[in-house]
Amino acid sequence: MDTFSKRKFIIAGIMLGIAVIFIIRLFSMQILNKSYKQFATRNVLRRITVFPARGFIYDRKMNFMVYNKAAYDLLVVPREVKPFDTTELCNIIQLERVDLREALKKAKQFSYYKPSIIVGQISPDIYAPLQEKLYKYPGFFVQSRTLREYPSKSAAQILGYVGEVNQHIMESDKYYGMGDYIGVSGLEKAYEKDLRGIKGVKNSMVDVHNRIKGRYNNGEADTTAILGHNLLTGMDSKLQAYAELLMTNKRGAIVAIEPSTGEIILMVSTPSYDPNLLVGRQRGTNYGILERDSVNKPMWNRAIIGTYSPGSTFKLANALIALQVHAITPFDRFSCSGPASTPIKCTHIHVSPLAMREGIRESCNSYFWNVYRSIINRSGNVSDNYQKWRDYMVSFGFGQKIGTELTSEVKGFIPELSYYDKLYGQARWNAMTIRSNSIGQGEILATPLQMANMVSMVANRGYYITPHLVKAIQDTNRVFRELKYDKKVMDISPEYFNTVIEGMQAVVDETKLKMTVHLDNIIVCGKTGTVQNPHGADHSAFVGFAPRDNPKIAIAVFIENAGFGATYAAPIGGLLIEKYLNDSIAPKRKELEQRLIETDLLNVVQVKK
Amino acid sequence: MEKRNNVWANVDWITISIYLAMMLIGWVNIYAAVYNQEHKSIFDMTQQYGKQLIWIFAAIFIAVLMINTDSKFFVSFSFPMYLFFILILFLVLFIGKEINGARSWIEIGNFLIQPSEFMKMATSLAIARYISSYNFKMHSYKSLLTLCGIIFIPVGLIFLQNDTGSALVFGVFLLVLYREGLNGIVLFFTFLILLVFILTMILDPLITILILTIAAFVINYLIRKKVKRNLIGIGVFTSIFGVLWLINYLLQGTVDALYFIFAAAFISSSLFFIWAMVLRKRSLAILIGIYLGCVLFSVSVDFVFHNIMEQHQRDRINELLGIQSDVHGSGYHVNQSKIAIGSGGLFGKGFLQGTQTKFNFVPEQSTDFIFCTIGEEWGFLGTATVIGLFIGLLLRLIFLAERNHSKFSRVYGYCVATILFFHFAVNIGMTIGLAPVIGIPLPFFSYGGSSLWSFTLLLFVFVRLDASRFEQLSF
Repeated sequence: MDTFSKRKFIIAGIMLGIAVIFIIRLFSMQILNKSYKQFATRNVLRRITVFPARGFIYDRKMNFMVYNKAAYDLLVVPREVKPFDTTELCNIIQLERVDLREALKKAKQFSYYKPSIIVGQISPDIYAPLQEKLYKYPGFFVQSRTLREYPSKSAAQILGYVGEVNQHIMESDKYYGMGDYIGVSGLEKAYEKDLRGIKGVKNSMVDVHNRIKGRYNNGEADTTAILGHNLLTGMDSKLQAYAELLMTNKRGAIVAIEPSTGEIILMVSTPSYDPNLLVGRQRGTNYGILERDSVNKPMWNRAIIGTYSPGSTFKLANALIALQVHAITPFDRFSCSGPASTPIKCTHIHVSPLAMREGIRESCNSYFWNVYRSIINRSGNVSDNYQKWRDYMVSFGFGQKIGTELTSEVKGFIPELSYYDKLYGQARWNAMTIRSNSIGQGEILATPLQMANMVSMVANRGYYITPHLVKAIQDTNRVFRELKYDKKVMDISPEYFNTVIEGMQAVVDETKLKMTVHLDNIIVCGKTGTVQNPHGADHSAFVGFAPRDNPKIAIAVFIENAGFGATYAAPIGGLLIEKYLNDSIAPKRKELEQRLIETDLLNVVQVKK
Repeated sequence: MEKRNNVWANVDWITISIYLAMMLIGWVNIYAAVYNQEHKSIFDMTQQYGKQLIWIFAAIFIAVLMINTDSKFFVSFSFPMYLFFILILFLVLFIGKEINGARSWIEIGNFLIQPSEFMKMATSLAIARYISSYNFKMHSYKSLLTLCGIIFIPVGLIFLQNDTGSALVFGVFLLVLYREGLNGIVLFFTFLILLVFILTMILDPLITILILTIAAFVINYLIRKKVKRNLIGIGVFTSIFGVLWLINYLLQGTVDALYFIFAAAFISSSLFFIWAMVLRKRSLAILIGIYLGCVLFSVSVDFVFHNIMEQHQRDRINELLGIQSDVHGSGYHVNQSKIAIGSGGLFGKGFLQGTQTKFNFVPEQSTDFIFCTIGEEWGFLGTATVIGLFIGLLLRLIFLAERNHSKFSRVYGYCVATILFFHFAVNIGMTIGLAPVIGIPLPFFSYGGSSLWSFTLLLFVFVRLDASRFEQLSF
């Protein structure tokens, strides 16, 4: 009766056919194909790096030189963003609307589902109002991280700064990933491995919006972040700040070392900058400004990369070598004809003839020409004598890297034998030819650090400990691990040192330095230098140490284009010694202190004298 | 009282059991799909799973109501009901609420109702009513035109609502018409056109023509078993293509390879056609005719798509067919859905353990993509069970339809079975990457009152009709 009744089989067949296709497909997807399982795991598992706080840096009195402060990144997941009041958000985070739009566009290009940083390193005072309003901006969230803070605002070049790693660093060291920070200069760079700590990993389950929903596998594969180690330096941050204050508007460098330990007490290079400038959102802009300042070069650490003729301060080393090689005795007298002296004129007015104590006191050029001539032109040949002299200079630390933690240190220059052979011809030169070396001029170049190290050796009567900034590292158990540094002993008898030191004491006590460097309660020893330089006014230099017995501080001060050593470098050195040893400046020297702070040597027209 | 007992004794408990099982499994999986730690209770009325329970109870109430309704009501009110819902659909165009781009919802108080869901039942009733009328003749123009009218008026209105998925469902009535005597050729050509269209869109016309050519030769061989003539045919086809290609190469032309294939197909099949006509080989001529028609269709689809349509129209068709290479477009959803189901394995990850669904990687997880949750948490056993339940229900419905002597009940039964089949095939097909992503729910599983109630209505009207299969339904 129903002619089409059989068509039910065709229709049922179509239905069954589809069902069979589905079953086959599901069987192959769910049982045969294993790759979907991996995809699913990759979908939900998110490895989140836990950044440990970077280690602190303390000074010798356990004051903070560097610590961390909280900062926040504003991130966005583009997919979750709903229309919002852009003007209000821009006002809160202090961003131009164009920049916000640009950042959002970039985030979308990167990923719709993964978070991108819209603004990095937001300070807590911006974060507070932002957090209150954050509910208005779906898709935006905040992530905390730490930023460096430099409470004393000083020692910028020594502490260095941290910056984001670049492609090159990431390729050479697998530890670093995109967006990680690394010490770029100074101590931040030198102790990077100690300061950075060890990153941890948190495996979390996340949903499609990257929202964390819980721990993966109960945290079995997680590793905890290990805090960075703290550095205990030998620096005196108060003295450092004081030194920078004294160096206001002056170009130069100061290095002070504790002779008995080799700890660097202070290291100043001016013009400097506030290290806090290279932190946070403005880092890029500020870095550009500092980097481009080719006049002041604030990022240069002149203490270790500035090379100067040491000038008269070098006479101390020449005197010591002459005594040790028996070229002269402390009592040998040489005459001086003042400006009429040959081959080097002497500008100082003093008694003549004079022996070593007076020679040092008066910084007599004639005397030291004779000293140097005695070293180079004594019996034997000039080359051997010069080589011997050079070897002594090298063991003073000149002409080589001293070996502090700061890797950018330079060698300075004490000419090799071959240098003169090449310049003048073999055996065709003698003391006369290289006479400038006698008074620390000519080819001789040294860094302020090397000069400080030389004085430190004098203070120690014959040895130095490799100068260093960090004396101990505090590990995660809060235990300090002392660092060991080499002791370098010099082949010069202590008695000769005492001879030279007597001269240095006379410099302070018997010349006009009595007004500026001499202390009533402590014996200070020093030597000034007025360094001729072809580019402008003389540099003002001073080296010294105190107390004479059991010295606590050895210092080298170098001020560019400041004229006589006694005018600026010596009083600044004196004030620093006084401040360090007495903890305060005597009232009668307050006026001197004030005058030095106010002296502006940068913004005046320099005339060559 | 006696009559009522009679009805309850005659309802098909197998269908009802499958229906209840589906709703229960659906409810549990909705709970898993949108599980919220802060609202752990499955009875929490603020959450989808709590609400679904209300919809389920309401659905059962509707089912009971339907069974207690006199079956004659459905027969006599089928046209008024159809007209009523057409009117509602029309109204929706103006007062409707737009959700996800489709203006297909009406807001009544706090409830959102999608009239197009109920339109399926109304249209089914109208079709059944019309086909079972005395003056209906399947192949008279008047009857066919009327049937087309009954089907295409709601389709048009739903298209206007921008709810393409729901509109496409009505295409499945072709199967019902086929059962009632529509020439099988219509079904055949519909499949063929769909096939060529989809092949052209998803692959490209070049490959489609090649596939068609190979298919034509294979069919020709199967019908006529003549190897030699087939080889000659292939030789003619390839040599025409070769000559054209050589000319283009020598003239250093830049004509696309598509045109050579097309020209070769056109010229060679024209030659074969003339040859078949001369030799009076009718079946060969028909085969070549169909082949040529398909080739022309494929090329013109491609031409219209790329040269006549606007970009937004192209986007819409691409979207419908799921051709979106953009990972954040529909391709992303299908991919995540496949990962969810594929990662389920044999036994699944366990109840509430599905990471893909729990962490929202799959979109619309409680509605259109509920099958993902089942696949991920219950594995192959779960998915096979669901498919088993569906195919059981569909076959049972066909069985029930066939056992009804009333033409009205039978046609309506087929309508129910084929509508459910379309939803089943397209919804599950889309979650496992076999069908385009058309947003239509999985009946009795997906979250939502509107769809659950409309499917319940659809099904239980038939259960009621089937229960009175021993009565003579009069018009």
